[in-house]
Parts: sequence; structure tokens; C-alpha cells
Amino acid sequence: MSIQSEDVLKIAHLARLGIEPEQVESYASDLSNIMVLVEQMNQVDTSDIEPMAHPLDQSQRLRADVVLETNQRDVLQENAPAIEDGLFLVPRVID
Amino acid sequence: MYNKSLKELSASLRSKEVSSVELSQYFLARIKHFDGELNSVITSNEEVALSTAQQADKIIASGEGGLLTGIPLLHKDIFCTQGLRTSCGSKMLDNFVAPYTATAVNKLELAGAVMLGKTNMDEFAMGSSNETSFYGGVKNPWDLETVPGGSSGGSAAAVAARLAPLASGTDTGGSIRQPAAFCGITGIKPTYGRVSRYGMIAFASSLDQGGAMAKSAEDAAIMLQAMSGFDEKDSTSVDKPMDDLLAGLGDSIKGLRVGLPKEFFTEELDVDIREKVEAAVDALKSAGAIIKEISLPNINLSVPAYYVVAPAECSANLSRFDGVRFGHRCESPKDLEDLYKRSRGEGFGNEVKRRVMMGAYVLSAGYYDAYYKKAQQVRRLIKQDFVDAFKEVDVIASATAPSVAFTSGEKKDDPVSMYLSDIFTIGVNLAGLPAMSVPCGFVDKKPVGMQLIGNYFEESRLLNVGHQYQQLTDWHLAVPTGYEQEA
Repeated sequence: MSIQSEDVLKIAHLARLGIEPEQVESYASDLSNIMVLVEQMNQVDTSDIEPMAHPLDQSQRLRADVVLETNQRDVLQENAPAIEDGLFLVPRVID
Repeated sequence: MYNKSLKELSASLRSKEVSSVELSQYFLARIKHFDGELNSVITSNEEVALSTAQQADKIIASGEGGLLTGIPLLHKDIFCTQGLRTSCGSKMLDNFVAPYTATAVNKLELAGAVMLGKTNMDEFAMGSSNETSFYGGVKNPWDLETVPGGSSGGSAAAVAARLAPLASGTDTGGSIRQPAAFCGITGIKPTYGRVSRYGMIAFASSLDQGGAMAKSAEDAAIMLQAMSGFDEKDSTSVDKPMDDLLAGLGDSIKGLRVGLPKEFFTEELDVDIREKVEAAVDALKSAGAIIKEISLPNINLSVPAYYVVAPAECSANLSRFDGVRFGHRCESPKDLEDLYKRSRGEGFGNEVKRRVMMGAYVLSAGYYDAYYKKAQQVRRLIKQDFVDAFKEVDVIASATAPSVAFTSGEKKDDPVSMYLSDIFTIGVNLAGLPAMSVPCGFVDKKPVGMQLIGNYFEESRLLNVGHQYQQLTDWHLAVPTGYEQEA
């Protein structure tokens, strides 16, 4: 399937990914080429095959619902771009 | 000193011929002397390393510790290291200081290893040449015009140039094995679930697996033994004890059944490389192995399936980089959406953006069945081919990569041709099998790697075969010109 510039803009929005307007066309062309590669999968009939999500077909392990971590807010916020009073700052969301 | 095996280095430490502090200083000096042109180490841990080495010397003096006590090593910058920058090769994490340490790193630390620094890599491990790193590409010490492979290219180049005896790597589609082949070193990716992914920055969670990069199979065995094992903190960790990897190294390979997949010996493989791999297979035969042709009928679909599964998982994993809690944030965002878009747009490089978009596309409404579900079905077919093959053979051998190291810039602007450089390695990740690359000669003075693929949980057998091969050959001892001098 060929991916057009408008598809790229739509996907970039879905992924909340800013891309330069002058690069849209080259992304469209790269992604179209990758799709040509991907569509080789259609050479094989997989209608009766169960999808495989995990190489060893394991399911997720469960654990007891107990608190293991200690509160490390200050340490974790050292990497934050903007904080105030222990809160993460973002631009105003609600007016 | 730089070409000594781990056992020899450990013996030198035990006999007080050298201290861990001196050994660490020795390799730190090599990094300073040689890495200016290679760019394989992006963060130095010199100060902490020397104090860790002092501790190691005390342990050695008291007669305690093990083979890794006091041994210097490097970690791929995808592993979180508490208090030390962990960038994943991205501008997004250029200022990120990890608040905790990855289990694999922690285990090696507990075994007494001394971390000298962090190695360069393709951004978020997405690349096969190291050219996608925010910190600039790594050069291949065998030929500075060529790439070291990727994504663990910094680790591979550093071990090849003997800047450290060991380095960690991760392998999502060949990222340990292909750079190991390009740089003439030994690298092993174990069975999915063997090495904890806790603290290993996620790219494609169902494929990512940490492993060891070293000069020889024996050294890789020692390192893998220490870094693997069940971890409560990784929900996909396998609760199955690792074999004693050193115990079986010396076993004879007489009667070992080696399968050569006919799909891996086609015109896509460079003829000179084919000749080297066939010579390596002959060496195994001379040691008593039985060679059989096998078939992996669906293996040609592994690159197509991978470029659905890996980007899909990548787009989900990388959604956490939103410029809010950590990582790059754009200047003066006008609203939350602008903050997300510009922070991600500025923080990620082109290849990462391509894969995030590819993933968002294949997972978007209306396309899921056609691409993601289809890829998961193809994945099962590929796994089943391997399961069937392992009923007939004990290991599978092939070339690790279809070419030797290519020239920097050659494939940079052609993603599909870059992706195809992993045609022999990707199927292993989709199936979750263990595999390694061992040096098996040179073409145009550039190293060639032989890939050995094992059945599930048979790392021990793989390392045994690799070690036995290295008893018959000395390709793994070759040091690139210029790097055989002392710093």
C-alpha cells in the first residue's frame, strides 16, 4: 500500500510526533517502500494460524498486590523538565 | 595485557601481578588514546570505576570473589545505570540520569565487574550501522571508513579495539550478532527471557534481549552466566536456571548435528563470505560434526514480519517520551499538544520517527488485522520452521550478515536496504531462540562472522560449539592494525 503525504500527517498526529513540513514527502516515500517489503507477508496463507505474541507462548505472571516500592518522588523528579511543589508542570489544559 | 582472556586476567589479579585499579586505569588509558577516532564510548565512569576497582582489590586480597571480580567492562547505553547518564543514543535522553540500575548491570556489579563507561549505539537501538546515534556514528576499528554495525556498534567496536575485555549489548533483530560479525568479535544473544529486561530501555518488548560481547566464546560464557537469571521485576523473565556455561565448553562436538538452511545460502550472500562460512563449517566437520542441509521455508518472511511487529511495539513503548516527566522538552510550548509534538519531534531522530509512524500506522483502526495480526501469524510459522529443524539438528549455522561492514553513509538514506542487512539474524528474534556470532575469517581485510543458532535454552551448547571452533582457529585473537600497540 502506498502511503501519501496526508497519511503521514495523520499518523504523525496520532503519534503526537512533530515533523518538518519539508520532510513529509520523504517520509511518505520511505514508509511506502517499507510497506512494499511488509506486504511480502501476503505470499503466505495464514488463515488457520494462531497469532503469536510471545516467543515462548508464556502468559504474564501475576504477583501479590503489595507495595514494594518506596516513595522516591524527589529522586524521580530530578529528571523532570519542570516541577513545582512536587508536581509536574505542563501548559494550562483547562481554562 | 589487552588480548588476555578473562581467565588469564583473573589469574593476573589473583597472583597480584596487576591490581584491579591498575587494570581499570590501563583500559581507561586505552579508551582515552584510541576512542577519539572510534567514538565508541559516550560516557565515562572513571571516578566511580576506580573506587569500585579498589573494592574489588580488597575482595581479591581476602581471597573472595569470582572470575569477574575486578574485571573492567563497558555497558551499552540502553541499560539504566543509577547516577550515570543513560541516553539510549538519543537527544531525548541526553540529560537523563537513571534513578535505578538495570538488573543485568546490577548482576555484573555483584559479580565484581568494574563499569568503565557506557557505549554508543543507534538511537533507541533502531539501526544496523550506528549512524542513527545522536552522538554521531561509531567507526569500525578494522576500517575507519566503514560502520561497526548496530545497534550495539559501540560495544562491538570497543571490544574489537580492546578498549575493554567485555561489553554488554542488546539484540532485537541482530543488534548483538551483526556488529559482532562486522567487528570480528564474539557475541551471544540468549533465549528470550534469559536476561532481565528490567532497566533495559524498551524498543520492541517481545523481541528485545540483552547479551554478552567479548573476544571469545569462553569470555562471553563467563559474562552471560553472570548477567542472566530469573528476575521478578521483568514479567517476561523465564524462571528456569541457566546451565553452568563453563562446564560444557570443553565437551567434544563429535556427532553434533549442524544444519545449514538452504534459504541462507543463496545469491543474496556474498560469495567470498559464503566461502569463509563453509570453511568454518568444514572445521566443525573435522572435529566430528555431522553437516546436514535443512530448510526454513518461511524464513524469507522474517524481515517483513519484523518491520510490523518491531515498529508496532516501538510506537507503544516510545509513547512514554512525552516531555512531561523526564526527557527532552521543547521551548515555550503553547499548549499540551504542542508540548508533546515538538518535544518528540525535536527529541527523536529520523529513523526513530519512521518507526514510530510505521507502528502507529499498522496499529491504526482498520489496519490491525491486515498487518499486526498477520505478522504475528507469520511469526508463528517462522518459529514452527525452527522447531521442526531442531528435530533434525542440534545447531544451525549460517553467515551472520550478508556482507562485511559497509561504508559509512552507504545505506543511511535507504531504510529498506539497511533493514535487509539483518536478513539472517531477524528470524531468531521472532522465534525467541539463542544465537551467537563468532569470527570466521576476513574478506577484503574486514571480519566475517558465522552465526550459530541453538534450540531454546541451549546457550550452553552454542557456547560449547563456539569455543570448540575457537580451539581450532585463531580468528578471534586478531586485533585491528594500530590497536595492537600499547596506549
